[in-house]
Amino acid sequence: MTDIIPFARLMQGNEAIAEGALAAGARFFAGYPITPSTEIAEILAKKLPLVGGKFIQMEDELSSMAAVIGASLTGSKSMTATSGPGFSLKQENLGFAVLTEVPCVVVNVQRFGASTGIPTATAQGDIMQARWGTHGDHPMIALCPSSVQESFTLTIQAFNLSERFRTPVILLSEEITGHSRERVILPDPSKIEIINRKKPAAGIEKYLPYKPDADGIPPMANFGEGYRYHVTGLTHDQSGSPTTDAEKASFLTNRLHDKIMDHLDEITMTESFMTEDADVIVIAYGAVARAAKGAVRKARDMGIKAGLFRPITIWPFPAKETASMCAQAGSIIVPELNLGQLIGEVEKVAGKENRIIGINRVTGGMIRPDEILDAIKSEVRVKKHAK
Amino acid sequence: MTYNFKEIMNKKERLAPGHRMCAGCGGTIAVRNILRGLRDQDQAVITCATSCLEVSTFMYPHTAWQDSFIHNTFENAAATCSGVQAAYEVLRKKGRVDGTYKFIAFGGDGGTYDIGLQSLSAAMERNHDMVYVCYDNGAYMNTGIQRSSATPLYADTTTSPVGKLSKGKPQYRKDLTAIMVEHNIPYVAQTTLFRNMRDIHEKAARAIYTPGAAFLNVMAPCPRGWVYETADIMEICRLAVDTCYWPLFEVIEGQWVLNYKPTNKLPVEEFLKKQGRFKHLFKKGNEQLIEHFQAEVDKRWRVLLERCGS
Repeated sequence: MTDIIPFARLMQGNEAIAEGALAAGARFFAGYPITPSTEIAEILAKKLPLVGGKFIQMEDELSSMAAVIGASLTGSKSMTATSGPGFSLKQENLGFAVLTEVPCVVVNVQRFGASTGIPTATAQGDIMQARWGTHGDHPMIALCPSSVQESFTLTIQAFNLSERFRTPVILLSEEITGHSRERVILPDPSKIEIINRKKPAAGIEKYLPYKPDADGIPPMANFGEGYRYHVTGLTHDQSGSPTTDAEKASFLTNRLHDKIMDHLDEITMTESFMTEDADVIVIAYGAVARAAKGAVRKARDMGIKAGLFRPITIWPFPAKETASMCAQAGSIIVPELNLGQLIGEVEKVAGKENRIIGINRVTGGMIRPDEILDAIKSEVRVKKHAK
Repeated sequence: MTYNFKEIMNKKERLAPGHRMCAGCGGTIAVRNILRGLRDQDQAVITCATSCLEVSTFMYPHTAWQDSFIHNTFENAAATCSGVQAAYEVLRKKGRVDGTYKFIAFGGDGGTYDIGLQSLSAAMERNHDMVYVCYDNGAYMNTGIQRSSATPLYADTTTSPVGKLSKGKPQYRKDLTAIMVEHNIPYVAQTTLFRNMRDIHEKAARAIYTPGAAFLNVMAPCPRGWVYETADIMEICRLAVDTCYWPLFEVIEGQWVLNYKPTNKLPVEEFLKKQGRFKHLFKKGNEQLIEHFQAEVDKRWRVLLERCGS
């Protein structure tokens, strides 16, 4: 048995998220059972107390999100997990966390359909909700794992980004990834990069909770460390006091936006597979990217110059990287398990000469590699005719 | 109207056979017997919170419901029912609807005690002419047995798992029936599947035909969550009543009435030992947990007796 890699384990996607959270230093979870995310809560109910953490089952998703915000304000890395209907209920407090700059991680294991939909079927229907589900102008970071391994690593990444930028981060998984079982290689805990929120350097008397450093991010004092400050969902100035002053309101809204958009180099993660010389590029994310990779491989076997571009950071959308894909390839194929959500972002950055083709499935099932391959082949035919 | 058992049991089922609820499920038996409270000539509008009852009773292309049925997301059954009932009142006044409609909302303990409490409380406070029925199986059974605020002390659930240090759920269950009484609505009752069902039949009819808001809390065992042999369900319900864990009472216009007082009040372990979720209480060294459970049952029973003047 010497060939077994240490720390390699067969794991379910949802379990990998729970393990990732523990590895990232999460010590607080508040949630409410909902298919297909419930395993995350069940695993953390068992494991958090063993590491001195706290699990609370709340009475609904509104309160789960509120409790997570409260816990994070005390310095505890905090998380909640849900699926579509629960994600809808979390939107109010998600907006609160953005405006009050409280780091936390919100997992949404997406399931099919609007409303109750099909709780046990997979989908990618919450892409736009992750970006714009809560009201008002606000930034948002969302990551999209496409494997069980990545469910683990991106959960850690989600915590790091939330701590670094003092903002909620959404992990957008899918039923199929959440319930798949795959081998996961668990890194040596001492080798995992962990980012913790920046603490105030100035003394207690001088602390302004919303006074940003040069990078636009204010250091964060934890409740219970002697600091007294106010946290409010009202538009506020640097002291945290409510204000209707036009200049201050504009400063805050722009700063929240800029603190994310000025650091895209730290936030944007993408994968490019055989795109260097590709004429046809598939842009896919989450579980669908795996079917797309299979299609690209088959296309290459047939001599077709196809490639895959995968946004791992889905929000902010990797516009610059996508634009360069569009500049290179004539045809862009965007398969999604929805009626076309991310394709709109691709169209925004595409050139007039690009052909953007969507493959959309809303059956609760997956898009097969063959369907993507067919689309690639028909793009090759279109090009031949054009010549 | 005198109670006629034969007549009631011969009524046409309004939750028809063929649904996919589990064998030995208390929820289904509760709903079927509550619907027997409806007069044959009256129609009903059923609203239902997300629950086992919802997912298992109208699977395409079949429905078990003989009346109009609305399923809304978890917390909305009482509010949705309020809307239908209020609009019906208007239509009835204008003479636009014929016949009598009754309005019944069903929710499990998750959808009632927890996420749906706000909409339930408001619907009762507005005193809509409706009945809200909670089928209380003491956990979120539909999503795989997570604790709720109706879960009894020490019960083993997936989010209050029994282990080396954990003895199951560390908190007491919420007394929702008493909370509903405090809404000063015309009728509140607590019942279960007791003996020949007379108690649930009579309370259902009274709740449905009392003008204004009514609330029924029905203990409805779940074979998966409570871990019992399906044939034992009626015995478990009887023991819940005879141990005074789940007393039968009603509150009519603020007057508390005890419907059943066991001549021989049994120790609560009789009720507990039938269920796998309390298995750990019978391990050596856990005797004090049963004593603690018993003390809580006794305390609540004393309070109830006082309220009922018994």
